[in-house]
Amino acid sequence: MSQPPSITLHVPEGSESDGHHVSLCSFSQEPSPDNERALHTSFHQLILEQSSLIEADLEMELQERGTESPAYLGVPEACAMAWPEPRQGEEHPSHSSASLQILASMPSRTIGRSLGAIISQYCNRTARLRRRSGRPPLQQLCRAARPSLRHYDLETDPSRATLQEKRHLLVKELLSLSPSQCSHMLLTMPLSLAEKRILRRQLSRQRGPVRQHAHRWAPFSPCAWSRVCIGLGCRGLWYRLLSLLRAAQPGHYALKQIGGRFGSSVLSYFLFLKTLFMLNFFSFFILLAFVVVVQAVYPTASVSPQPFSGIELLTGAGYFTHSLLYYGYYSNTTLNDPCTSTPEGGMCPLPAPLLPYNLPLAYLFSVGVSFLVTCILLVYSVSRSFRESVKSSSGDLAIKVFCAWDFKVIQRRSVKLQCEKICTQLKELLAERRSRSQSHCQCLGHCLVVLLAWLLALGWVLGCVLAVHYFLEHMHTVQQEQQAQGSGRWQQEAILLVLPLVVSLLNALMPHLFNLLAMWEKQDSPVTQVSVAIIRNLILKMVILSLLCYHWLSRSVICSTEECWETCVGQDLYRFMVMDFIFTLLDTLFGELIWRLILEKRLKTKQRPEFDIARNVLELIYGQTLTWLGILFAPLLPAVQMLKLLLLFYIKKTSLMRNCQSPSKPWQASRMSTVFITLLCFPSFLGAAAFLSYTIWSVQPSETCGPFRGLETIYKSGKMWVLVLEKSNPNTTWFAWVYQHLLENTCLLFFMSVALIAVIYFNIQVVRGRQRVICLLQEQIANEGEDKLFLMQKLRSVYEQRGRRS
Amino acid sequence: RLKNPLLFEQEQLFLPVWQICRFCWLFLLVCRLHGRYHEMAPNVVPMDYTKDPDVKLPMQLIINMPELKENPFKERIVESFSEDGEGSLSFNDFVDMFSVLSEMAPRELKAIYAFKIYDFNTDNFICKADLEKTLNKLTREELTAEEITLVCEKVIEEADMDGDGKLGFADFENMISKAPDFLRYYFKKNRVSCILAGMF
Repeated sequence: MSQPPSITLHVPEGSESDGHHVSLCSFSQEPSPDNERALHTSFHQLILEQSSLIEADLEMELQERGTESPAYLGVPEACAMAWPEPRQGEEHPSHSSASLQILASMPSRTIGRSLGAIISQYCNRTARLRRRSGRPPLQQLCRAARPSLRHYDLETDPSRATLQEKRHLLVKELLSLSPSQCSHMLLTMPLSLAEKRILRRQLSRQRGPVRQHAHRWAPFSPCAWSRVCIGLGCRGLWYRLLSLLRAAQPGHYALKQIGGRFGSSVLSYFLFLKTLFMLNFFSFFILLAFVVVVQAVYPTASVSPQPFSGIELLTGAGYFTHSLLYYGYYSNTTLNDPCTSTPEGGMCPLPAPLLPYNLPLAYLFSVGVSFLVTCILLVYSVSRSFRESVKSSSGDLAIKVFCAWDFKVIQRRSVKLQCEKICTQLKELLAERRSRSQSHCQCLGHCLVVLLAWLLALGWVLGCVLAVHYFLEHMHTVQQEQQAQGSGRWQQEAILLVLPLVVSLLNALMPHLFNLLAMWEKQDSPVTQVSVAIIRNLILKMVILSLLCYHWLSRSVICSTEECWETCVGQDLYRFMVMDFIFTLLDTLFGELIWRLILEKRLKTKQRPEFDIARNVLELIYGQTLTWLGILFAPLLPAVQMLKLLLLFYIKKTSLMRNCQSPSKPWQASRMSTVFITLLCFPSFLGAAAFLSYTIWSVQPSETCGPFRGLETIYKSGKMWVLVLEKSNPNTTWFAWVYQHLLENTCLLFFMSVALIAVIYFNIQVVRGRQRVICLLQEQIANEGEDKLFLMQKLRSVYEQRGRRS
Repeated sequence: RLKNPLLFEQEQLFLPVWQICRFCWLFLLVCRLHGRYHEMAPNVVPMDYTKDPDVKLPMQLIINMPELKENPFKERIVESFSEDGEGSLSFNDFVDMFSVLSEMAPRELKAIYAFKIYDFNTDNFICKADLEKTLNKLTREELTAEEITLVCEKVIEEADMDGDGKLGFADFENMISKAPDFLRYYFKKNRVSCILAGMF
């Protein structure tokens, strides 16, 4: 086993020095990292020597070597924790130079740097690739491990591998692969171009005489040539187009500016706004194409509209009442059928149209489809942001440090922006991790305070709800009096605006009260603070909306006197939306601009108001809920919402840039985005969908207006259509059967839910199993690290003993 | 006239058509790259490469290229690709650099060179000092010393798996693999890429 040291530690590799690691190859007598196998045997040998007798000349040789070569290594020690870190170029007192040499030539130091190491690593990797089918999968090495430890092919393993021989081995391995695999392997090798040329030359030389691939070479044809050229050109063009599209998106630079200056938490608000805009766009597009445009092309002969005055934009009544904006305008017949005007039972002389367009069906299906599309998009967004927030929970700081820099950026201003952004993101991440500890007593006291604060908050919410309820009834009586007295149009319209004003006022003031409560509560972590604020505001808004929904559907107070109650509800929702927008603008004006002026001029502080993200996001969610509630009653409401969001984007951005400062307690945006989109999906969208379903299934539409007049419920129109279809065309009985037994039967829904739950459970278990495996593997890696430290310590002690003995 | 520095040799004349096209395209790319290399030092860089001339441009010239000028890691990038470790690039190294940084380079290759770039003291580990330098370059020294220490500690805590107090290549690659955007998309920000595309 013990070989003379002249072979192991002292193999001259002379001219084969690789340029990557200069210091290591400066002495030709020193063990070159190219000569991996020899070094490795020596390492093995040293460990064995610890338990066996030592030869004196080995000792002498090592000492000699120790005086000749100083420690030229960059990292002489292994563990920063166990030993003090030496400065570069200094000889560490606790390591002899021989052990330092060995440490320096360890595979973890030479991977990626030593030419010989890279070549043998890829040689083995290619061999593995070739034998993949034959080997059991568990014996896979990790890439950073010592490649030549496992000698797969003992007969080709030379006793002294020079660089030339290693190259030869590698070329031999590469030849056994298919050409595409071979070129892919060459592409992934981290070798210099010169080295790759040498390998390619050798490959082609060896491949040339064989000519195995003659049959694969296609004859030169213009089609193939042009196809390939087009393919290559298209790919470049496609990349360019995608980048242009990205840059051409509205507000693209604005978003970058905001992100760079205020951080990703404030940016998440604007991204959320953009998401809402896209959702509304899809709903609007579907309704526009299938309902609004068609009805506009075939206008109904309706009541002559009232003259337009400016207040319609606020109240949505007057000129807008009998327009495309509301439910009441839409007809309940087949639009392009000229027979609709003849009385029932009479003979129709004109032929039936080729493509009859049944508007009530179109209306119902468009609303259904737009909700379905919104649902799918929301669920997809929620799952995607869940995945991202779960994935980034561990290791996100390290990822932020190494992966945050965009190497594409070359302009000075953008680079500066990027630096600022990374800085703010790192500060955010750090702030999140600072934790404080509390004593027991303080904990108890804190709990009590929290409980009290919650009771107070809920009490306020109840108070607001009761206030709204009594106010509704009061307004109703006032309205009836006004009508009895026959007061002017202006007064009547003004009365309509009072309820939305009061609700918006409550929605605007209560969050500030909740903030005061939170200041008294004094939660430590900013995440908890924000979550609590969001929950309280959400409860308030949702409870008030539920109350209003109840009154709209029951028609006990609101719209009780109207014939066309759907139009009335639509108008009410329009008014709520407009009032909400006005109050948001006022809030921006007073809360940000005027507050900043006061702070600057009166109080003479440099501080600026902060942008309250949670409150603003909740306002967006509230506005979107109103839109979804009103889609059935006012098909053009998404368009109004889109306009509102567009104006909000630019107004908020301007106000932010001029008046606000970045949040003092930065918190992580990715988790908050998940929270926002989940809140949008669950209370907001689900509530609106429930409201819509109830309206379609159980509420009787009005008799005199709208596409569903005269029917028992809106849902009945769909049923009727299926019956008509069955009667007219006997081939479609299967459709009616499907409708009757699957869609109307609740069993199907039950089974689908069970299947969905089973799938979710299965996925959760798989994820858990994988996490357990990851934990085990990490433990294994840590153990390997400890082994390495142990071995190095032993090595150190061996040399110390040796040094003491000599 | 620039002679072909790379690949067309006798044995390769009977390649399939798509490979010919690919080589043509690559040849054009290399010609354009050589144009850029030449214009940095027209007196020094020759046009004829058949005799394999040994010409190297110093780092100062290369880091003044518009693509690299504002990059905080420009010195490290050039040093990682230079054969002598000092930062002077021969034309081969120059092409190497752009091919690795282009969108066509495979992920493993980019990870290896990214590791080399962040390893300031070239000891094949990203130790605390390397991390501090990285952070200072990333944030233009806007973080306080305490914050930098904290970030370094947390990063090593998160990414170091074998407990030696610094990040080896395996640790680095494992951490990068958790970042879904790294190297994958052309347009996502977190990616070491694309200088080549900016030239066309």
